[in-house]
Amino acid sequence: MSNMGGGVNTVHPEAANLVAPAGAPEQRRRWSIGRLWWWFVFIVGILYFFLPLLGALLFSLKAVPFGAAFTNSLADPLFAQGLAYSFVAGVITIIVSVGIIVPTAFWVRLKLPRWRPIISFITLLPFVVPPIILVFGLIKTFGAPPFPLTFTDFGSNVLLIAAYVILSFPYMYRAVDTGLGAIDVQVLTEASQSLGAGWIRLLWQVILPNLRVALLSGAFLTLAIVVGEFTIANYLARPAFGPYLSLLGGNKAYEPAAVSLISFGLTWLAMGAISLIGRTGQGRVSVAGAR
Amino acid sequence: MPFLAFSLAFMIIPTFYLVVGSFVDSKTGAPTLQNYIDLGGDTTREAYLNSIEISLVTAIGGAVFGFLLAFAVISGGLPRWIRGALMTFSGVASNFAGIPLALAFIFTLGRLGFLTVLITSVFGVNLYQGGFTLYSKVGIELAYMYFQFPLMVLIIAPAIDGLRRDWREASENMGASTFQYWRYVALPILTPSILGATILLFGNAFGAQATAYQLYPLANIVPVVIGRQLSGDVLHNPGLGFALAMGMVVIMGITIFLYTILQRRSERWLRR
Repeated sequence: MSNMGGGVNTVHPEAANLVAPAGAPEQRRRWSIGRLWWWFVFIVGILYFFLPLLGALLFSLKAVPFGAAFTNSLADPLFAQGLAYSFVAGVITIIVSVGIIVPTAFWVRLKLPRWRPIISFITLLPFVVPPIILVFGLIKTFGAPPFPLTFTDFGSNVLLIAAYVILSFPYMYRAVDTGLGAIDVQVLTEASQSLGAGWIRLLWQVILPNLRVALLSGAFLTLAIVVGEFTIANYLARPAFGPYLSLLGGNKAYEPAAVSLISFGLTWLAMGAISLIGRTGQGRVSVAGAR
Repeated sequence: MPFLAFSLAFMIIPTFYLVVGSFVDSKTGAPTLQNYIDLGGDTTREAYLNSIEISLVTAIGGAVFGFLLAFAVISGGLPRWIRGALMTFSGVASNFAGIPLALAFIFTLGRLGFLTVLITSVFGVNLYQGGFTLYSKVGIELAYMYFQFPLMVLIIAPAIDGLRRDWREASENMGASTFQYWRYVALPILTPSILGATILLFGNAFGAQATAYQLYPLANIVPVVIGRQLSGDVLHNPGLGFALAMGMVVIMGITIFLYTILQRRSERWLRR
């Protein structure tokens, strides 16, 4: 996505002169009809994008007094709790995921290139095992001795974070791996080691700062996903934002519209942050799996 | 390696647990294939057919429209800033799935949704009396389209970018018409990308659960049935639930396998 269209025009100037007089008028007419069609396509797309948001907005504004749907939701302690819970879950997910992926991707690039296909294969697996199957398996595996994690709140929280970390592997790995591809890992490693740095110092002070763009975009994507996530949190019975909104949708009239819009705004913020950090940055990611 | 240990503990072993469970008779504990035979029963077969239909329709619809949209902003002569705007929209929309998306559609096309009301008052046609309902396959498809076509835009834009201007000029210099350029140059180059993206969209819809769950909790599609099975054994047979999940894993596996093959093929032309 770094190449913003338009390569170098390679037509020889003389050739262009030869073609232009004959072709120009006809070409211009064709262009305008074509352009009208492309505008039409674009407008349909934009309508599809905005109409549901408009629907939610109009509905939320029906509450009396004006804006009550928003003030009520914001005043609801469950709203703040759900959002805070999901946000914290997101932050922990990011830390764990980065802590696992960066050393792995680094090590594979440096010492174990033969492992690349295996690692890539494993990071593809979360697509094969969608969230609903993942949570199914987790509940069955950890819902009974010898690992009865779902019996306690803490255990369920661990499972939730673990599932989110698994979901983050595909794009985190891809981001970090392309980020590593853009720097000379070998040279940086040898340079810092010859200056007396240990592995931890090398990863923390040399490799990590070079992966800023990749890690930040991965982090914001993780936040966007975790805060809106429903399936896993719901079946693990966690008090997260997704299940809260789902329940609200069944119980209240106008508040769900307001909270949907807020949730949309949060997604927008995260995506905006991703597109702001290094427009040409290596290893930017903006798509995750199914929900 | 902590990476392997983590994947093993929280993804591979749990999935393996489902595999094992799907081959066990949940009453006697004896090994059996009966669970897979039972998948052919009316409810589960229909669930698969519904899921596949929804995924196919939204994958093809999303791919066609997403491609047109990406092409419109890249080569359609629209102002340059529109491209950046669309890319941002697409990033947001493709990640705006799940509960809030379903709710937004209910507020728009539900019984009291603003479009439903608008259409009734402007055209005098009540969609719901005309047989339309959002709480159906069509409704789920409409909602899924919201994240499908933006995803297509994001995936296919680099491929369209990869079409070099030289190729177009070369074919024009050799007297090719626009149609011939598309038929013999551009489409053959883009085909693996387009097919791969379509397959990815299929998997994306097939694995989605939250949107359909919120829109239509009684929908008979595989992820939603698995959800109901998880909260209360609606199939009255835990083993069948495992088999249902395994069927989904197999379909997703095939999807991702095909996608990786096609992606490898499409990379040949798109290397810079």
